[in-house]
Amino acid sequence: MAQLSYRDAVAAAIAQEMRRDERVVLFGEDTAAAGGVFKTTVGLFEEFGPRRVKDTPISELAILGAAMGAAMTGLRPVAEIMFSDFLACCWDYVANEIAKTRYMSDGQISIPLVIRTANGAGSRFGAQHSQSVENWAMAIPGLKVVAPSTPADAKGLLAAAIRDPDPVVFFEHKSLLANKAEVPEGEHVEPLGKAKVLREGKDITVIALAAMVPRALKAAETLAAEHGISATVMDLRSLVPLDAKTLLAESARTGRVFTVEENPRLCGWGAEIASVIQEEIFGALKGPIVRITTPHVPLPAADQLEDAVVPSVARIVAEVRRGLDSRRAA
Amino acid sequence: MSVTQKAHSAQRNQEIPEATRLRLFKLQVEIRYCEKRAYDLFLQNLVKGTSHLALGQEAVAAGFAAAMNPDDYTFCTYRGHHHTLARGAPMLSVLGELMGRQCGLMKGKGGSMHLTSVAHGVMGSYAIVGAHLPIAAGAAWSAQYRGTKQVACAFFGDGATNIGAFHEALNLAAVWKLPVVFCCENNMYMEYTPISAVTAVKHPAADRAASYGLERQVIDGNDADVVYSAARDAFAKARSGGGPSLIECLTYRHSGHSRADPAKYRPKEELEEWLKRDPVTLYRNRLLASGVAEGTLAKIESEAMTKLDQATEAAKASPTPSLESAMSDVWADGGNAWRN
Ligand SMILES: Cc1ncc(C[n+]2csc(CCOP(=O)(O)OP(=O)(O)O)c2C)c(N)n1
Ligand SMILES: [Mg+2]
Repeated sequence: MAQLSYRDAVAAAIAQEMRRDERVVLFGEDTAAAGGVFKTTVGLFEEFGPRRVKDTPISELAILGAAMGAAMTGLRPVAEIMFSDFLACCWDYVANEIAKTRYMSDGQISIPLVIRTANGAGSRFGAQHSQSVENWAMAIPGLKVVAPSTPADAKGLLAAAIRDPDPVVFFEHKSLLANKAEVPEGEHVEPLGKAKVLREGKDITVIALAAMVPRALKAAETLAAEHGISATVMDLRSLVPLDAKTLLAESARTGRVFTVEENPRLCGWGAEIASVIQEEIFGALKGPIVRITTPHVPLPAADQLEDAVVPSVARIVAEVRRGLDSRRAA
Repeated sequence: MSVTQKAHSAQRNQEIPEATRLRLFKLQVEIRYCEKRAYDLFLQNLVKGTSHLALGQEAVAAGFAAAMNPDDYTFCTYRGHHHTLARGAPMLSVLGELMGRQCGLMKGKGGSMHLTSVAHGVMGSYAIVGAHLPIAAGAAWSAQYRGTKQVACAFFGDGATNIGAFHEALNLAAVWKLPVVFCCENNMYMEYTPISAVTAVKHPAADRAASYGLERQVIDGNDADVVYSAARDAFAKARSGGGPSLIECLTYRHSGHSRADPAKYRPKEELEEWLKRDPVTLYRNRLLASGVAEGTLAKIESEAMTKLDQATEAAKASPTPSLESAMSDVWADGGNAWRN
C-alpha cells in the first residue's frame, strides 16, 4: 500500500487504464501539460503524449460532444469538465445526447465514456464554482453517477468507470483532493454500485456521499463519545447504480435513518433514498427518515457563510440528536 | 439567385462517370418518393408524432452520399430521412420507424427525428439544433486517432449556424485538423423565421468560415452534380489529412418546416421560383440532355416506386413493438436497472 492523495489517485487511475487500453484518451481544459486546474492529471501528458492527452479550447459543448462522438466510434474518452457547475453549459450533451442515444438507437450505439468533474464546496468559490450537482445527474435515465470519498475509491472507482460500457459522470470532490490515505498499489478496480459500510452501530444509520462521508464519520465518533448514540455510517459511493440492498439492510437494522447530503434540499439524492426505504421497509422504521442537507439556497462565498450552510460535523450531531429527541417526545 | 459556384459547375456533369450520375438520379428519386409517401402515411394517421420532410433538398443528400465511402460517418438532424435513405438504409426500416413498428430502424424507440442505422454509417439524427456538430468532430477525431481514413460528415440547417455548438465544433475541428465535413443545408428558413432576419451575415455558414481559417464555399444545393463534386473534394481533403471543410448548400424545402406547418409565411413567388428549380426535375432533364435514354430513367423511377410500394405494405403489416422494449437498452447490458 502506498500513501496517495485523492488527486494523485485520480491521475493514477487514469494512467493505469491508459497503460492497459490504447482506446483510453483524456482531454479537457488545461488537462495536458498543465496537469489540470486541480492537478488531478499531473504526469499523464508526460507519459502518454499529445496524441492521447489533449488540451481543449474553453468549449464545454465541444468537449462533451467530441467525447461522445469518439466513444460511439471506438474510443474510451475521459473528458474533464473543470467545475461541475459548468455542466450546466453542456447539459444538452449530458442529459439529451450521451444519456439517451443508446436507448433511442435501440442499442445500436454504445457510449463508453467518463465525464470527470470537480464538485462541491469548501473552497469559498461562491455559487457558481462550489455546487454539489450529483443529484442533477442522478435525475437522468442512462447515466451512472459516482462520487468517491477516499483516495483508494478515487482510484478504484474511476478505473471501473473507465472500463464501464456506459456513460459515467464521476464527481471528484474539491475539498477531498488533498486528503492522503492508503491506496492499493498495482491494478486496483472497485466495482460500481457497491456501497461501503464504514462503521457499524446499533442505534442509527447514517448514509453519506463524497465529502459528507468523513464528516459523518466524525459526527459518529462525537455521538458515541458524548451522547451514547451508536451509529452505522455508510458511504454510498455511487448513486447510479444504487446499492439498495445494502442501504435497506443497514436501515432496517437500526430503524433510524439519516442522510447527509451536500446538494441543496429539493430533490436531493436523499429524497430518492428515503422514498425507497419507506416504500420497502416501512415496518422496520422506528421514526421518520431525516435528511440533513444544504438548505435550498445558492452557496455563499464567505467562509463563515459557506460553513454555515453545508452540513458540518456539529450540525450532523445536532440534527441526529434533534431527530432522536423529537421521536422520544412524540 | 446568385450562387458562387467556386470550381463546381454544371459542366462538371460530363466528368462524373455515368454510373455515378445514374446513382445520383436514383437516390433523389427514391428520396422524393419516400418523403411523399411519408406525408401520405401521415395523412392516413399511420405516421404519428412529428416529421420534417426534405422534399426539395434531395440533391444535397444524394450528392454527399454518393461521395462517401461506405464506412464514413453521417450525422444529421431531425430533418434526416433523406440522408438516412441516401446512405442505404432500407425504405422499410425508415417508414417502419416513422410508423412506430417493429420493423423500424430503432423499433419505434427513436422515431422520425432520431433515425439511426449504424450499419449504413448513419450515426444518428439529432433533434437538438446543432448538437451533432461537436459529436461529428469527435467521431472524426476517433477516426484520425485510429488511423482508419474515415471521414465524418454533419448535415445541419441554416438556423444551426447561430447556436454555440456550431462555432465550438468548427473551432475544435480546425485546431485538431479533423477529417470532418460540415454541410449546411441553407433552405432560407429556420422554423418560420427567415434566416436573414436573425443572422448578422448574408451567408449564415460560409460567411463564418474565415473565422475558423476555412475556405468560403457557397454552392447550388439543388444541383446534384455540383453538390457531388464539392463533397468529393471535401472528403478527399479530409481523408488526406487536410482537415475540415464547411460547405453551404443553397436549397429550399418544398413543404413546411414540419408536418403541422402550412408554410404560409413564405412569399408565393419565392416558392414558385424554387419549384422551377426542383432538383429532381432539373437532374432528370440534364441526364436526358446529356444523352441518357428516357427508358433508362423511367425504369429507375418505376423500380423506385415498386420498391416503395412493397416497403409501405410490409411496414403496414409489421407488428407494433413489444411493450417490453420500452424498458430495454438503457444500459449496455440491455436492461434498465438503476439499483440492485
Ligand atoms: C436547441 C434547439 N432550439 C430550438 C429547437 C426547435 N427547432 C427545431 S427545428 C428548428 C429550426 C431549425 O432551422 P434550421 O437549422 O435552418 O434547419 P431546418 O429545419 O430548416 O432544416 C427549431 C428552432 C430545437 N430543436 N433545438
Ligand atoms: Mg433552415
